[in-house]
Amino acid sequence: MSSAYGGAHAQDAHAHHGPTGWRRWAYSTNHKDIGTMYLVFACVFGIVGGLISVLIRMELQEPGMQLLAEGDYHQFNVFTTAHGLIMVFFLIMPALIGGFGNWFIPLMIGAPDMAFPRLNNMSFWFMIPSAIMLVGSVFAGDGAGTGWTVYAPLSTSGHSGPAVDMAILSLHLAGASSILSSLNFITTIFNMRAPGMTLHRMPLFVWSQLVTTFLLLLSLPVLAGAITMLLTDRNFGTAFYEAARGGDPILYQHLFWFFGHPEVYVLVLPAFGIVSHVVATFSKKPIFGYLGMAYAMVAIGAVGFVVWAHHMYTAGMSVDTEAYFLAATLVIAVPTGIKIFSWLATMWGGSIEFKTPMLWAVGMIFMFTVGGVTGVVLANSPVTTAFHDTYYVVGHFHYVMAMGALFGIFAGWYYWIGKMSGRQYNETLGKGHFWLTMVGVNLTFFPMHFSGLAGMPRRIPDYPDAFSGWNYVSSIGSYIGFAAALLFVYIAIRTITSGERVGANYWGEGATSLEWTVDSPAPHHTHETMPHVR
Amino acid sequence: MAHTGNHPYHLADPSPWPILGSIAALGTAGGLVMFMHDMTPWVLPLGLLLVIYTMYVWWRDVVNEATFQKVHTSVVQIGLRYGMTLFIASEVMFFFAWFWAFFNASLYPTDEMGGTWPPTSPEIGVEIFNAWGIPLVNTIILLSSGVTVTWAHHGLRKGDKQTLIRGLWLTVLLGAAFTALQAYEYLNAPFNFTGGIYGTTFFMATGFHGAHVIIGTVFLAVCLVRAYKDHFTPDHHFGFEAAAWYWHFVDVVWLFLFTFVYWWTMTQPGAVIAGH
Repeated sequence: MSSAYGGAHAQDAHAHHGPTGWRRWAYSTNHKDIGTMYLVFACVFGIVGGLISVLIRMELQEPGMQLLAEGDYHQFNVFTTAHGLIMVFFLIMPALIGGFGNWFIPLMIGAPDMAFPRLNNMSFWFMIPSAIMLVGSVFAGDGAGTGWTVYAPLSTSGHSGPAVDMAILSLHLAGASSILSSLNFITTIFNMRAPGMTLHRMPLFVWSQLVTTFLLLLSLPVLAGAITMLLTDRNFGTAFYEAARGGDPILYQHLFWFFGHPEVYVLVLPAFGIVSHVVATFSKKPIFGYLGMAYAMVAIGAVGFVVWAHHMYTAGMSVDTEAYFLAATLVIAVPTGIKIFSWLATMWGGSIEFKTPMLWAVGMIFMFTVGGVTGVVLANSPVTTAFHDTYYVVGHFHYVMAMGALFGIFAGWYYWIGKMSGRQYNETLGKGHFWLTMVGVNLTFFPMHFSGLAGMPRRIPDYPDAFSGWNYVSSIGSYIGFAAALLFVYIAIRTITSGERVGANYWGEGATSLEWTVDSPAPHHTHETMPHVR
Repeated sequence: MAHTGNHPYHLADPSPWPILGSIAALGTAGGLVMFMHDMTPWVLPLGLLLVIYTMYVWWRDVVNEATFQKVHTSVVQIGLRYGMTLFIASEVMFFFAWFWAFFNASLYPTDEMGGTWPPTSPEIGVEIFNAWGIPLVNTIILLSSGVTVTWAHHGLRKGDKQTLIRGLWLTVLLGAAFTALQAYEYLNAPFNFTGGIYGTTFFMATGFHGAHVIIGTVFLAVCLVRAYKDHFTPDHHFGFEAAAWYWHFVDVVWLFLFTFVYWWTMTQPGAVIAGH
């Protein structure tokens, strides 16, 4: 397909006529520049969210109050709330969807840009007011201590100051940003594929973004409704969640998790896409079971909409309802298993090369699988009745969704940084970053299963001495993990400023999708003559 | 300056409007917090004005690109169709949340409500509207407006400007009539917004629908202005079609509201109809 692609180099020559300086970024209608802004944004907030998690672990390192004032449990909850919302909305989503999605959907499908370039820029710039509102909420009054789920009635009658309203409106803005990106990405994927690029030939990363953006488009408006009800209950006297006036706090949980469960797939599906490319590239084999991989993601997305109440087993529901949600949740293990075994089958018999992106991809498969199997445990409502709100759950979702997504982000970053910047990372440092992270996060999150089984509750800054050992280990792990994050910042800056220059396809025969046919760094405008895919 | 290549797509020029929109969004959200916490009521309207200004200048650019620069090729128009369809799909899911709240309350009335829908307990019991009064008139108005907008579309397809303009005028007037009747009904409601779950679900669901009617009416009015200015041709008028699609969506939401929130509720055990 590269022969049909001769135009790519010539395009580099004609200069970029758009604005320069700050206007290039502020007024941008270029998918690569917008993608870069998203990646920088994600990196900044990843450090902020990571720093808050270190504060949480410092508090939990020993029994008794360590960091916070005696009895200041609320401040601790402000930390966990900010940590959760920042990591989900300002690290994972901007990196995987805004960053890599923007950069690589057009490059991979042979399109010159996104369908709606101005809208694309507004999606990014909406994240700034959203971040201002959320960071502001930490400092406004007592801060929002509701958890990332913002459950009523704590969020309606618990905190009367402006902080919770700011957090709610931050979610509105981030949600609007994601809805607009989603309709833009879906339109791009459906309408702008190069001739010959049928849906069944489309790279799996693009498939992952297609499913992800559909989930966002259909689930975020429901969250918008749910939190608008919070806002009017808090400020304008409505009774949606107030039992005394006929409302129902459980309604909030339903609406929230109708969004929240698809949301966790939103976080991990793009990582699936990246891992598929990386595993195939470094095994020098095409992905095993391509169509099965694509439709497994579609199935995960579809079933993901009908399992939400497994987050609510202890809220009180009929046994039949529990049985349904239990069974439906277990069904998700089937398409997920298809993905994991297909990655393993891709590696099977391959000529495997453990470059840094491959380490992250294999690490992602490991972390995701550990979290996946504890997920199967937690799907069982009788078990969850005991484990609910313990660190077992915290350990589970940090493995499956947080580390699954984060390892996917790093796999993508090391895989594509040469394409994005034209410069390659240092292999030794990259591997060091991987192993330091691997040790740090496993030391942090694995012991949480033990403390959780022993009964250690979430969202509490103090605990009995009996839980002290594994909490200490978790805290040490989190410091190692944060040191690894700082090492990443160093690696990123070093790569961009003084990394070795690379050519169009620096991974060689294993890298087959269209982004490897354009120069590195990818020119400002690419695919102006659409490639023909055969 | 437009960056063109050997492809049928429209790559928009760099534009200051998206970041202006983001500043407007910050003003609106921050202003709403300030308003709700009695700091100052003035930031919110300024933010909203900036939102409206952003929409005006942005869509002015889009109209120029479509009508005068002619960069909306048939492929670009297909993209716009996808975009509008997906936007309406997200709007459907927004109303899904309000209907969920309504059915959560109405299908499973709690003891606090008196165990009935509508609530009959002394604290939050209500008298409700007769669906066969103003709500039925509003249903007829909205369904008729769906006919008139289709009539306008037929005129446009045949190049008959007079029919287009008449049809659009009628549609806009019917939309305004709906809004006026809805406002009248709100002012004469026998229950209120803060009285309990009935008023809460009623006013928020019909209120968000009403807001969408107003937005749809403005969208159609903009099309009317563009029709006078001859912006539309028989085979290139996606702006009109988008407005018509949006209007049909608003119409369908109303049919669900009328069926369940007005009529079905009236048939329920707790229904006490005002004036009967």
